[in-house]
Amino acid sequence: MKRYDLIIVGAGPSGLSAAIEAAKRGLDVVVFDENKKPGGQLFKQIHKFFGSKEHRAKTRGFVIGKELLEEADKAGVKVELNAVVIGLYQDKEVVVKIGGGIKHFKGDSIIIATGAAENMVTFPGWTLPGVIGAGAAQTMINLHGVLPGKRVLMLGTGNVGLVVSFQLMQCGCEVAALADAAPRVGGYGVHAAKVARCGVPFYLSHTIVKAEGEDRVTGVTIAEVDKNFKFIPGTEKHFDVDTICLAVGLSPMSQLLKMAGCKMEDNPKRGGQVPLCDKYGRTSLPGVIAAGDVSGIEEASSAMIEGRMAGLIAAEYLGFMKKEELDSELEKLEKSLEELRQGMFAPKNRGKAVEKTDEGIDISENLLKKGYVADEEIERYPGVIHKIGVHPVIECTQNIPCNPCQDACPKGCISIGDNITSLPIAVNDSQCINCGMCVASCSGQAIFLVDEDCGGGFASVTLPYEFLPLPKEGTKGKALGRNGKPVCDAEVVSVKSMKAFDKTNLLTVKVPKEYAMKARFFKAEP
Amino acid sequence: MAERIKEHPILGAQEKGKPVDFFFDGKKISGYEGEPIAAALKAAGVMIHRYTQKQHKPRGIFCAIGRCTDCVMVVDGVPNVRTCITPLKAGMDIKTQYGASDKPFDEQGV
Amino acid sequence: MINDRSRDIGPFVPADDDDMLICRCEEVTKGEIRRAVHEGMWTITEIRRYLRAGMGLCQGQTCSRLVKGIVAKELGVSPAELEPATSRVPMRPIEMRIFANEIKEGEEV
Repeated sequence: MKRYDLIIVGAGPSGLSAAIEAAKRGLDVVVFDENKKPGGQLFKQIHKFFGSKEHRAKTRGFVIGKELLEEADKAGVKVELNAVVIGLYQDKEVVVKIGGGIKHFKGDSIIIATGAAENMVTFPGWTLPGVIGAGAAQTMINLHGVLPGKRVLMLGTGNVGLVVSFQLMQCGCEVAALADAAPRVGGYGVHAAKVARCGVPFYLSHTIVKAEGEDRVTGVTIAEVDKNFKFIPGTEKHFDVDTICLAVGLSPMSQLLKMAGCKMEDNPKRGGQVPLCDKYGRTSLPGVIAAGDVSGIEEASSAMIEGRMAGLIAAEYLGFMKKEELDSELEKLEKSLEELRQGMFAPKNRGKAVEKTDEGIDISENLLKKGYVADEEIERYPGVIHKIGVHPVIECTQNIPCNPCQDACPKGCISIGDNITSLPIAVNDSQCINCGMCVASCSGQAIFLVDEDCGGGFASVTLPYEFLPLPKEGTKGKALGRNGKPVCDAEVVSVKSMKAFDKTNLLTVKVPKEYAMKARFFKAEP
Repeated sequence: MAERIKEHPILGAQEKGKPVDFFFDGKKISGYEGEPIAAALKAAGVMIHRYTQKQHKPRGIFCAIGRCTDCVMVVDGVPNVRTCITPLKAGMDIKTQYGASDKPFDEQGV
Repeated sequence: MINDRSRDIGPFVPADDDDMLICRCEEVTKGEIRRAVHEGMWTITEIRRYLRAGMGLCQGQTCSRLVKGIVAKELGVSPAELEPATSRVPMRPIEMRIFANEIKEGEEV
């Protein structure tokens, strides 16, 4: 039986990060992954990540994936693909299906980084072809280049539901509606807002009554639910769709840890069955460490930090590193992880209805119920200001861990401060040079450059645009409001695409002056 | 192949293997080598991968990552092959699965 | 409380959604699961053995959480109180000929 210093199960963000740290310290490491490609879910994440610079904020997930693979390669990490771990025994014996046979390996330490699986809900017709997981939709469009359907209903308004809805539209699918049994949008407001401004209606306190169709989905009926999640008769809405996507949460895939004999708990705040572990991922079994979603559902950014911690712990456990060095490294990583665990979406706030921002400003009710901030609510946020000439209008209205906008502006027009969850402030006496870096750097696509009076009774609005076909200078159409409804005629006066914008194009549209604070998206004339 | 994404605003033109022909219930279809069988079928408009053993209900892609086993089909004579994670090869013989067989239920005498 | 078998959980009451499929692989319905609880199957392990829910190809990847919720509701407890089913080898569907083909160190795969 081949022996390794460290065996890691799962070559996703946490597993690879763990392998890198351990290999750098001299451990003989192998990573097993059942897929034919490494990177876990990172290669399906085509949006820009949140966080700060050290968390790789404003970098797209699949790019982070590529960089992580390069780093792993450099560190000499061995990744065995198409290697399905089918068992983990108590004495750290790992059973792997490789090719047409089974191999046994012995690890002196083990890191389980198996991630999570999608939850499902039942309704009549939920087994029909055309009802799929949101993750399945993401896999099909972003990895395999195939559309799941033409018209989709998304169930679930957590970040997965919101992000996948946007990504479906990016490749040409129509999203008929988003529904969620919960009374409030579950994911980041900025993710919701960019979907809503494309004209997708949100139905909160609504869930699926039935999927329609004989041998495939041809439609769906949703209806409103009361406080006890019972349908309210007469509130049914029907949509002709060929696809229903389910984005109703994730559960840790912790079965291997349970099999190995780790003490487990059912912890709703962590998403289900998780190993009992210390804050660094050490389980009840010495030398068996958990990292990433398997020990509690969070973001890929957190998973990468947890992975690094786990790799270091394994190194110290096997004597490749001194305790003092480990402690100081862990302290640094923990600080970085804590930054991501702040704000209204922090794991500790899960299930809580946060009503005010840290600054004491009321959270937009409309954002939570319909996916967009209403015109009359937007003015109360510190990033939304009026001044003469072009300036950023930052429609960031919730405390989320993210600050690339602050560094993006070469003129210091935007300030967040040391606390990365603070709402960005438009600095009053600064001079915007209309470079657009802030617009392109905002992972939430919530920054606009506005000139409320660019002459002739017109205003100009520069907005982020990640769709095809890309409108051209002179393209005429309608400006859409935050709610996705047409507000006025608009003409594209400039289209900027630069390498530094990383595929976020900047569209500047000219609209009548009075719509400067209303026009937030553009739809070309058909 | 109307359901393939030709150009993506972020990913650009997606890399594909070489075009290959394969068979779906005896009918010749083309796809790209190395892509999951399920992706090639999806692009060709195939929704139903199998009919269930007890209730004879249609099933198709559900999780697309090899977890749920709903997309299994009979591939080159082998039943229960997860088509969402099995790479397509030229000439593959892919059949709708009825229960655990490629024979429709009436031929199975069920 | 889970193991207090003297507890009266009341009779099985039919419901509109009893024919809802829960275990997609083995085609087990909500009604069958609820009825099984009233027939004395109070643990997930018992439900699995009795109905085969979660014993199909996918090994409960999709339905285990759903089954747990249904059983818990029938017993009037929180799902967190129910012990999940035993995790055992193999974690993924595997052909018996492969499962039986152990490759020793040094042999080719």
